[in-house]
Amino acid sequence: MLSAESLAKIDRELAKYPADQFRSAAMSALRIALTERRDTGATPAERCLNADVIEFVANYIGIPPVAAYEVATFYNMYDMKPVGKYKITVCTNLPCALQGGVNAAQYISGKLGIALGETSADGKYTLLEGECMGACGDAPVLLLNNHKMCSFMTPEAIDKKLAELE
Amino acid sequence: MLEIEIDGKKLTVNQGSTIIDAAHTAGTYIPHFCYHKKLSIAANCRMCLVEVEKAPKPLPACATPVTDGMKVHTASPLAKKAQQGVMEFLLINHPLDCPICDQGGECQLQDLAVGYGNSGSRYQEEKRVVVGKDMGPLVSAEEMSRCIHCTRCVRFTDEIGGFQEIGMANRSEFSEIMPYLGKTVNSEISGNVIDLCPVGALTSKPFRYSTRAWELSRRKSVSPHDGLGANLIVQVKQNEVMRVLPLENEAINECWLADRDRFSYEGLNSAERLHKPMIKFDGKWHETDWQTALEYVVKGLNGVSADHGKDAIGFLTSPHSTTEELYLAQKLARSFGVNNIDAALRRSDSRVAAAQQGALWLGASITELAAAKSLLVVGSSQRQEQPLLASRIRQSVKKGTQLNVIHVADDELFTTLHAKLIVSPAALVNALAQVLKAAVSIKGVESTLDLSAANVGEQAQAIAASLCATDNAAVILGNVAQHHPAFSELLALAQELSRVTGARFGITAEAANSVGADVAGANPARGPLGASVTAGLSAAAMLAEPRKAYFLLNTEVEADTYNGQQAVAAMKQAATVIALTAYKGAGLLDYADVLLPVAPFSETAGSFVNMEGKLQSFNGVVRPQGEARPAWKVLRVLGNMLSLDGFEQNSAEDVRAELLAKGDIAAKLNNALATTAANVAAPAAAGLVRVGEVPLYHADPICRRAPSLQQTEAAATPVVRVSPADAARLGLNDGDTVVVEQGSASVSLQVRADKALAEGVVRVAAAHPATQALAGMFEPIQIKRG
Repeated sequence: MLSAESLAKIDRELAKYPADQFRSAAMSALRIALTERRDTGATPAERCLNADVIEFVANYIGIPPVAAYEVATFYNMYDMKPVGKYKITVCTNLPCALQGGVNAAQYISGKLGIALGETSADGKYTLLEGECMGACGDAPVLLLNNHKMCSFMTPEAIDKKLAELE
Repeated sequence: MLEIEIDGKKLTVNQGSTIIDAAHTAGTYIPHFCYHKKLSIAANCRMCLVEVEKAPKPLPACATPVTDGMKVHTASPLAKKAQQGVMEFLLINHPLDCPICDQGGECQLQDLAVGYGNSGSRYQEEKRVVVGKDMGPLVSAEEMSRCIHCTRCVRFTDEIGGFQEIGMANRSEFSEIMPYLGKTVNSEISGNVIDLCPVGALTSKPFRYSTRAWELSRRKSVSPHDGLGANLIVQVKQNEVMRVLPLENEAINECWLADRDRFSYEGLNSAERLHKPMIKFDGKWHETDWQTALEYVVKGLNGVSADHGKDAIGFLTSPHSTTEELYLAQKLARSFGVNNIDAALRRSDSRVAAAQQGALWLGASITELAAAKSLLVVGSSQRQEQPLLASRIRQSVKKGTQLNVIHVADDELFTTLHAKLIVSPAALVNALAQVLKAAVSIKGVESTLDLSAANVGEQAQAIAASLCATDNAAVILGNVAQHHPAFSELLALAQELSRVTGARFGITAEAANSVGADVAGANPARGPLGASVTAGLSAAAMLAEPRKAYFLLNTEVEADTYNGQQAVAAMKQAATVIALTAYKGAGLLDYADVLLPVAPFSETAGSFVNMEGKLQSFNGVVRPQGEARPAWKVLRVLGNMLSLDGFEQNSAEDVRAELLAKGDIAAKLNNALATTAANVAAPAAAGLVRVGEVPLYHADPICRRAPSLQQTEAAATPVVRVSPADAARLGLNDGDTVVVEQGSASVSLQVRADKALAEGVVRVAAAHPATQALAGMFEPIQIKRG
């Protein structure tokens, strides 16, 4: 279900924890699984976690599937719903909002033709509202595909960023 | 020891105990939901907030360890206010549908809301709605909006059940308790979450909406299933058993019940219950009255004994019968001159009875066993055989016990094994001999047994080292070992291993009254409390060398014997088969000639002797259904009608007193065999051999008729399991239909490769209707593509 590379990465995470606390690797393992699915999935439904993947990951690291499911549903960065090729999460918390975070979100929304929380019809973009990303000094910020932080997202910077994603 | 004060009451408590523990020892009640003495501390309901002097805010009593000089106020204005605040929050999303809730009347939230809730709610917004979940045929999770997220059920499956089957998904106000997507809860002790749930979210599926809690009377009883002897509260309404709850007994079942003990009561009200005596003539069944039926029985017994001699009669008595019934059955048999009586129906090794010096038992109390530092469990599918004992052993392992296993399948025990030897049934004796040989060399002593055929492997060495490293070790033999054709070798090896290592040794009694049957004298070679008797045939021998007449007590031979095929053939060739039974099962209707309706455990007084040799007596909780009578009465009257002496008892208590007057049960428990010769030769490579354990819910007539238990996964049609190597060799894929053949029968079943099995093993459950036609449980078997 997961590639040998991903499994090797999970093995590496497992090795980081003491033998009796291996279940802590669940978070990393789910992240690795999600990353692989996002990178390889052809449709929005293939880019998110589902019951089969979570069960596979749980069995791989040796925890009950429901325990992994608890983790996957607790944290909102584990995508449990179909997600576009580019998941854009814009921070709209106070410091960002003061620096135009809400405007940035609205600008992207207008440009892509999708509302916050929606995925574009072609399955390319998903736009989400996010909570503080800990980079208020760089406001407004957005997070691309959970991993890439983009700072100072003025309309021009957004245009440039979206052009890169084409 | 610490000095603390709770509500002005001074007390001394152990270091490390929590405020709630201390309060409970002092008799002070602190309201709580998520706290449970057997589960880990979660502190997520916040109901147990109390005021602690010098603490700036209320503290949760369940999670706060006591400190010296601590002063706690459980009902001060601050504590009360905090508790009332928590209650208000808990009720915000609770539907307050008590009038239609099955938990109404026995609901902790309802009770505490009376004490800590307001009469009206200030909450005007919409309440959240949670969709119901499917947790399987036993536990209903239809109304999850009632859940207050105490996570007791989650912690139970994880900590006591051994495998977390229930989890809390999502977070904050979206939190939901659920089993894994698309899965049900399949633990063999899952029913306990119903007791644990403090609200009406998890309820009993078979029981719900049948009655109200306050309409039920509570009566004590003892579980008639496995050898643990779990204590029950049977709840009764209008002479019908409505449900079964655990009666707390720390030494036996703690506060838990296995699902088999909890839900089997449905079988008591089965449509198959026999309500009137029945006699078969001209191939047809006719209902009749007791007098006619009893006269028919007497005529049958006298006729066979006149024509063929007393030895042509065999008594097969179920170890699920009460001690009193078994005592009178053996008294009836022996007074009449019949020596063939046995209650070890699934034991295939006839040599054991002859060599026994006492009743076989656990060799320790259950608590002593749980306290052992090193355990070796031989031939036991623990979770199927004794669900609560398996759970207790799991708890022991958490506390440091080393669990070692020698078994015919690498079953999932949900615990950490120290070492294991998984072998084919044919190699079971050799595996135990390896451990003995290793122990002999570690201890540097001589063994009386010839162990030259045993080559000590790495795992055997590890097991022996574990047993030798402590003076508190135990070796126990499970059902697989007891049913195994080489049970006497296994027992002899265990005995020798015990002598060498100083470990205790014993067996986990298969049925509620296996030990009691031995004590009562339902044993071919030993009378009541070990009285010497003329030896008769064992159950296996009675069926292998068919008798002319059989007397069955609560026995359905097609499912209750080692070799169902052979047993049914023996019944069919007999001139008469007399059955004392609570049920008119299809098998009995086929091969029996007269059926006498007797009462199951719920309808008669009696006693069971559990695996630790403890006699637990109980009274009937309801009147017998129809014309059914307690079996001890039937046996007594039969004794009178056969003009035998000593059948004057007027109550089950009289019968019990008569038996117990013969001696002390504890003094008659003895696992040592008189002869200890054991052939431990390594098995020659033979063909495929069957591993035929009895499925969890097919062990006895009552649970076989409990509809809800029969809907569980554990009761599903057996699948043939073979090792991956054998599957490859035979060209079998998972899900293929195969034909398994034993003796004259062949059965079509699905096949599955199972890496838990050793090569050469075919695992096909016994006792299930789909496999009853097959022969011996641990005998050669053929498998071919269907």
